[in-house]
Amino acid sequence: MSVFLAKRALALVATLLIASLAIFLVLEVLPGDPALIVLGTGAQDDTLAALRRQMGLDRPMLERYLVWIADLLRGTLGESYTYGRPVADLIGERVLVSLPLAVMAILLSTAIALPLGVASAARHGRLSDTAIMGFVQLGVAVPNFWFAMLLILLFAVNLGWVPAGGFAGWEEGAGSALLSLLLPAIALALPQAAILARVTRSSVLEVMREDYVRTARAKGLTRGQALWRHGVRNALIPVVTIMGLQFSFLLAGTIIIENVFYLPGLGRLIFQAIAQRDLVVVKDLVVLLAATVILVNFLVDLSYAALDPRLRLGNGG
Amino acid sequence: MMRFWKTGLPVAAGVLLGASQAWVSQARAANDSLTMGMILEPPHLDPTAGAAAAIDEVVYANVFEGLTRIDRNGEVLPALARSWDISGDGLTYTFHLADGVTFHDGAAFDASDVVFSLHRAMAEDSVNAQKQIFGAIDKVETLDAGTVVITLKQPAGNLLFNLGWGDAVIVDPASAEGNKQTPIGTGPFAFDRWVSGDRIELSKNPNYWGQPMALETATFKFIPDPAAAAAAILSGGVDAFANFPAAELVPQLEADPRLTVIIGSTEGETILSTNNAAEPFNDLRVRQAIAHALDRRAIIDGLFGYGTPIGTHFAPHHPAYLDLVDLYEYDPRKAKALLAEAGHPEGFKATLRLPPPAYARRGGEIVAAQLAEIGIELELIPVEWAQWLDQVFRNTDYDLTIVSHTEPFDIGIYGRDDYYFNYHGPAFKALLAELNESTDQDKRYELLGKMQRLIAEDAVNGYLFQLAKLGVWNKDLEGLWHNSPVQANDLTGVYWKR
Amino acid sequence: MAARGGVMGLIVLGSRSRAFVIGGAISAFFLAIALIALVWTPHSVFEMAIEDRMQGPSWDHLLGTDQFGRDLLSMLMVGASNSIGVAVVAVGVGLAFGLPLGGLAAARRGWIDELVMRFNDFAFAFPALLSAVMITAVFGPGGVNSIIAIGIFNVPVFARVTRGGALVLWQREYVLAARMAGRGNARITLEHILPNIASLLIVQGTIQFALGILAEAGLSYLGLGTQPPLPSWGKMLAEAQTMLYLAPQLAILPGLAIMLTVLGLNLLGDGLRDLLDPRLRQAR
Repeated sequence: MSVFLAKRALALVATLLIASLAIFLVLEVLPGDPALIVLGTGAQDDTLAALRRQMGLDRPMLERYLVWIADLLRGTLGESYTYGRPVADLIGERVLVSLPLAVMAILLSTAIALPLGVASAARHGRLSDTAIMGFVQLGVAVPNFWFAMLLILLFAVNLGWVPAGGFAGWEEGAGSALLSLLLPAIALALPQAAILARVTRSSVLEVMREDYVRTARAKGLTRGQALWRHGVRNALIPVVTIMGLQFSFLLAGTIIIENVFYLPGLGRLIFQAIAQRDLVVVKDLVVLLAATVILVNFLVDLSYAALDPRLRLGNGG
Repeated sequence: MMRFWKTGLPVAAGVLLGASQAWVSQARAANDSLTMGMILEPPHLDPTAGAAAAIDEVVYANVFEGLTRIDRNGEVLPALARSWDISGDGLTYTFHLADGVTFHDGAAFDASDVVFSLHRAMAEDSVNAQKQIFGAIDKVETLDAGTVVITLKQPAGNLLFNLGWGDAVIVDPASAEGNKQTPIGTGPFAFDRWVSGDRIELSKNPNYWGQPMALETATFKFIPDPAAAAAAILSGGVDAFANFPAAELVPQLEADPRLTVIIGSTEGETILSTNNAAEPFNDLRVRQAIAHALDRRAIIDGLFGYGTPIGTHFAPHHPAYLDLVDLYEYDPRKAKALLAEAGHPEGFKATLRLPPPAYARRGGEIVAAQLAEIGIELELIPVEWAQWLDQVFRNTDYDLTIVSHTEPFDIGIYGRDDYYFNYHGPAFKALLAELNESTDQDKRYELLGKMQRLIAEDAVNGYLFQLAKLGVWNKDLEGLWHNSPVQANDLTGVYWKR
Repeated sequence: MAARGGVMGLIVLGSRSRAFVIGGAISAFFLAIALIALVWTPHSVFEMAIEDRMQGPSWDHLLGTDQFGRDLLSMLMVGASNSIGVAVVAVGVGLAFGLPLGGLAAARRGWIDELVMRFNDFAFAFPALLSAVMITAVFGPGGVNSIIAIGIFNVPVFARVTRGGALVLWQREYVLAARMAGRGNARITLEHILPNIASLLIVQGTIQFALGILAEAGLSYLGLGTQPPLPSWGKMLAEAQTMLYLAPQLAILPGLAIMLTVLGLNLLGDGLRDLLDPRLRQAR
């Protein structure tokens, strides 16, 4: 187990290093001058040069890369060109929108997907199974930003139940904050739920054909009992894998959804930072996002071991 | 010379009116608070360190003050300098400062702050976005605590106007570095807090040296989506939108008896900027052909617009404006003939670069369709501001682009060889030099008229329309600016009638 | 392998899978529209008539007009050929690079395999949309660049599928026999491996095709994909969103078009999987 862990951790660090180099190089060739963006068309050449010096853009490329990596390792993220604030503060602020949004979306999608998937498997081949699978097909096919538009049209505009966009901050009360995250979370959750329900269903079906389930049924368990005692628990392993893989899709989804709902989250921050050539923010955020995805996948691997004793033994420690 | 990213980033999104509580909103508690809607959130709040118009739209005249200020009519008024004397040769300006002024943090204001602020803006390592407005200044000295003397290298008739810009506000040495996040000025409103992504709150400065304000608090709320903006103003969550973003929704707002809708003017000449050095646009006949092919009315209508058609690079509300809209009337046949004469009977292909604002992106589609009728096939290339500044503005690597030049009184850019139009007109430069030397108003207006006609006849750019300012606010609200001579939301004269 | 049965065989087999029939019909419908749009549309999509904007359906404009008075039906038709074109080429890009990479990894194993797999992990670490946003920021927005941005993420997918399928086959007796006979890796891959993983690739190709449609719509919605005046479904939705109050119909049809196309392709993929892989069919 510890060898396995060490190997995975090493791969994790290597991937992150390559990722940091890749993003750094991409930003090097990104057309557009951050200083010109800040100062606009009235800027003189000497002011532009002064600002570039202040931003450290006059240093050689290698030096800038190493300084950045060193800063990252020390936990300092630098200062945003656009906002003139520490990037860590900006991210800290925006995480308070994106993280609850992602968590809500995961909870929602799981809450929808697991019962649907299991129910569908339990009623394999019957009308309700077909109906659920039809819903799943639709859910996978709907573009989430369009679904978001439809949600706004119905719940915010016609019914007026929830705000149509914006985020007034947590200090206005958790209730109103959560309410303004509700539609975005639903829009994010639906496609995820569809995928998850499908995986759950086929995973449960697969497990139900396993020998030990047959044995259990031979011992007198009803189909339902077998389903709950053995099927669901063992079927969770692939489901957890998919949830982990979906995490990166969820992150990408927040970029679009936060733009649709004008939520001041990480997705919108990164989108705006690219447009404004706020390179410090872009490279810090991209590396952080990549690190999160890699870390989540790592945790998914670990949870395999926890969920399936056979894997733990099989891997030989 | 321009600040035009008023209309901001491209992502459209939407929501609608009709919803009573569509945007998260707070109701107006009493008649001494104001919530002003804005489309774009400023990146920070230091007007001396950035070109974003949204900075001035929050802090200009409200939080920060300069020696002079520009009022709702574009006139220069005294601010921290109550009066001034100008020497006979026009080289020495003596400013007499207001008494009893303090910064919001309690620090006293005196002449040394003026010297510090102007030196900081002029310094070698200055990052002031409009450093050139201080170009004529030789030195800034204190005579005593209440008097500042500015000596010029050469006479500059626009010095007092320039000192009224947001980029020339007076800051305190002790707090200057923190102004991006916690702006500390001498203005009638003090900064309270900034809820990132949502709003900025100001409150009345109890120690203000001038006229006390009618408003106790002022909130700037950022609503980037046009339809949500409409919902917010209809629901009362926002009291005013000085620049309402969605012209197509204005008829609905006009119909609402609770609202006042004012279609005002801006300094934004929206033009089809043309690279006069690029083939085939270096041929006058080609540029004239384009001028004849542009149907300004259709462009304005297509943008649901309230703009005023222009025929030259000058604001129609200015007394020296010359109406040249019919110089090259809309006539595709004539345009085709001119193209044929220039050796392009079948037309040609070119590119049209479009920055993010809707007037450019949507307007560009219409312009492309109009030019296609005379055989000019345009490839539309949407660009972010970063690329626009780099490719078009700085490196003049473009054929055509659409942009609104929102600087006041900026016809002088046609005399600059390095400007991105690549227009080199000796006749224009001669007129410009004459203008800079003359002080007589009639003479100046006559010269300005000649300049307008010259660039129109040369069809340097395709002149489209003057951007309108769509002001929408509660009908009980008084004192907001109808026009925008500078990009600001000056709240100093704002009060509730009831 | 059923794929060898040819088109007729597929149709005969197809009648056994509902998903295949429905999905195939929807996909064929949109494909036909896309092809027709290449040569004919009711109106020119570049033809503006500002005074006729945002009209409802009429005989002249069967689905009404947009905010510039352009014919909505024509725009949706051209949008179909754009979306489908981008997605098809993106799948092609993925196949062109992913197939050799995966095949090589499976044939040679060792460090090449390791390298390909690490590249895969690496590519999965970045949310695809984020990378697409970066790519279009560097190279500028546009149809070709969105194809590249979407295609790049198809490469590791096809590499993985190819490798996975091929690894199993390399252990088979007839492959080992061919190896004994002195056949080279490339020849074995071409003669024995490829034909046998073709069905896997077809199924995966359909899935990536559908994902490509969604990705193109997302990019265009953000203003990074197909550029005006060429209409695209995502761009139409972005425009419609600002007009939602004045003309909600503009927001409905492009979204429906995206959803139906993706639905059709997904069903087709499922159907194909059922038909081509009997083991999976039993599992369902």
